[in-house]
Amino acid sequence: MKDPKEEIVEHLSAMRAFAMSLTRNSALADDMVQDALVKAWTKIDSYKPGTNMRAWLFTILRNTYYSHHRKARREVADVDGEMAASMAQKPDHDGRLQMRDFNRAFDQLNDEQREALVLVGAGGFSYEEAAETCGVAVGTIKSRVNRARKQLVEILKMSDDEVMEATDIVTTGIVSNQKNVA
Amino acid sequence: MKQDRKISSLEQEIEANLKRVYEDVAKQDVPDRFTELLNKLREADKSSAGQPK
Repeated sequence: MKDPKEEIVEHLSAMRAFAMSLTRNSALADDMVQDALVKAWTKIDSYKPGTNMRAWLFTILRNTYYSHHRKARREVADVDGEMAASMAQKPDHDGRLQMRDFNRAFDQLNDEQREALVLVGAGGFSYEEAAETCGVAVGTIKSRVNRARKQLVEILKMSDDEVMEATDIVTTGIVSNQKNVA
Repeated sequence: MKQDRKISSLEQEIEANLKRVYEDVAKQDVPDRFTELLNKLREADKSSAGQPK
């Protein structure tokens, strides 16, 4: 049988993705993954072979986040966010959501909502697996996911409306110009 | 009606972007620092076991 320690390696990419969605900062995310990796490696005996290793690793990861890194996240400047914001983006004409808008809205969710949404909406976790990973009831995860989705819709609907209004003003301008010509 | 359709397309875009944020990182190569760390952990195991496996 394969050494479960070597199995950890297969989940490193997913661990980084989950850490990144919690911290929203790549340097902090990798520090967190490093801590979790050492912890998982040295405490491999607490992993029950045959059970969901990714869920086990994500539990360690989120524990390191809540005990050490959450505070650091608040203290460090949002380097990634600033970088993304300073990058010039062409306006999107096909109505597709700008990634920047999404990231901003995503950042406004609280930690619990963000992790629930990421596990279920992107990590491929079932509600049951997400509940186990976060140490809460299935119903709690469901309501966090629902609230997170609703909140994102609310935030993005507003920024969408602003774009719509701006477009309307331009369109009205063009129409009235044409009327003037005629 | 129009509002409902707008929200449902917004919901679809949210799901797509959520996956994109996660997968963009998940698809990246794992940085060297982790490969180095894993090698160190393996080395530590070998020396604590007394003999190489």
